[in-house]
Amino acid sequence: MERLVSSTDAVPTKLVLEHVSKWFRTSSLHVQALDDVTLRIADGEFVCLVGPSGCGKSTLLNLIAGLDRPDRGTVQGDGQTISGPGPHRLMMFQEAALFPWLTVLGNVLFGLKLVKGLRASECREKAEYFLELVGLKRFMHSNVHELSGGMRQRVALARSLAPNPSVLLMDEPFGALDALTREQLYGDIQRIWSQHRKTIVFVTHNVREAVCLGDRVILFSPNPGRIREEFSIPLPRPRDINSVDLARYSTEITRVLKSYVHSEVAG
Amino acid sequence: MIARWAVASLFFVCLIGIWQLVFNTQIWSPLLLPSPSSVMLYLWSAVEDGTLWEATLVTVRRLLLGYGLGILIGLPLGLLTASFRWSQDTIGVLALGLQTLPSVCWVPLALLWFGQTEAAMLFVVVMGTLWSLIIATDTGVRTIPPIYSRAARSMGSSGFHTWTHVKLPAALPFLLSGMKQGWAFAWRSLMAAEIYVTILTGFGLRHLLHYGRELNAMDQVIGVMLVIVLIGLAVDKTLFAPVERLLHRRWGTARQ
Repeated sequence: MERLVSSTDAVPTKLVLEHVSKWFRTSSLHVQALDDVTLRIADGEFVCLVGPSGCGKSTLLNLIAGLDRPDRGTVQGDGQTISGPGPHRLMMFQEAALFPWLTVLGNVLFGLKLVKGLRASECREKAEYFLELVGLKRFMHSNVHELSGGMRQRVALARSLAPNPSVLLMDEPFGALDALTREQLYGDIQRIWSQHRKTIVFVTHNVREAVCLGDRVILFSPNPGRIREEFSIPLPRPRDINSVDLARYSTEITRVLKSYVHSEVAG
Repeated sequence: MIARWAVASLFFVCLIGIWQLVFNTQIWSPLLLPSPSSVMLYLWSAVEDGTLWEATLVTVRRLLLGYGLGILIGLPLGLLTASFRWSQDTIGVLALGLQTLPSVCWVPLALLWFGQTEAAMLFVVVMGTLWSLIIATDTGVRTIPPIYSRAARSMGSSGFHTWTHVKLPAALPFLLSGMKQGWAFAWRSLMAAEIYVTILTGFGLRHLLHYGRELNAMDQVIGVMLVIVLIGLAVDKTLFAPVERLLHRRWGTARQ
């Protein structure tokens, strides 16, 4: 049951970031979002990026998604430099980025229709399959606003999974949900991940969430965003966020996180 | 539903009742305030001799032509100003300025350029519709949450596909309210144009109204005004309302 993943050569490497730096310039501000970030993520690995807001986690996700380019360094997926967005790396956003003018089914079909060489009937089949997977097939003809926040994020999950990306990028996808709904979704995402073996990069500021989901938890510090430390989480799956073992890990990681956030503020 | 109809009907019956009562008191001369029945009588006779139909047809045709043309030009221009800074700074500013110009102000220019022709009429209606439509479209597209485009981009949508499948549908509620506003402006512009452009190619509703005044035929004046109001109402209820209801249902902004 135990699954210990480290980014060694045993598993093929999926994503490679080398010496990545990124600046943001506005008329009044010149901010370094990322500073010399180097990171390897193995195929099928579940990696959680944790840090306070402004530490560049979301920027990193955008770079991997190909929605943005690094100013320095390289970002590679499957050995190729990432030059733009593609159906192999799909992003799931914090707020429901579902399209209100489409039904639930229409939303899931949106990404599928952009996959080349997929017939309409196949699209429909896949969409229904993934809606079933997140338990919302019954609601496929509903309008988006008729769903609860948790259901919307499930639809968003189905939409991201449907085009069969090998990498799933999740930007605080459960941030806006209540605790109970979130716990349900932790279960769902672990189940789906173990069935479909995606590489998942998951951004959060919730340490417990990260420990619950990740094979590896990577700590970022802000101004500029840097990788500070990383932890392997060799706990068996599926994990329960309320378990004592999990709490031990998250306590330790939180302590480390606090220490450098405080030192940063003091210094 | 029936209750709502009943309330609405009752309201208008009361309104006509008050009108009749005021007429009965004879405070104003019947020349200035005709009775509801004499207005109805005028309308009936105008329907019977065909003048009302003809005038309505001429007016509505001009309106649809001008409005349609306005949308055809305004929509793409609005999308353009929303997409590029240079078009915002040029066409956008022009639209903003000309939008404040009341459409009657276009009439002298139209008369000098086109003379007493249908083209002059059309020109005024298009000018009355176009600018506010550009601005409504521009605002609509700008108000779209950027996350929609990002999500679409992440799924591999780009360029034309993003426009037709994300930006336009996302802006639909704004486009509709822009088109509604454009309709109101087109209506007003046409009424202004029909007073000043007296032409032989067609006798519109506003002409009917105008000659009602010249002949001191108050029943005709009020009757034609009623028709103008009713056409506006009918268009709103049959063209815009169903689309609006659909959008409200989809977006979840429906009023009960």
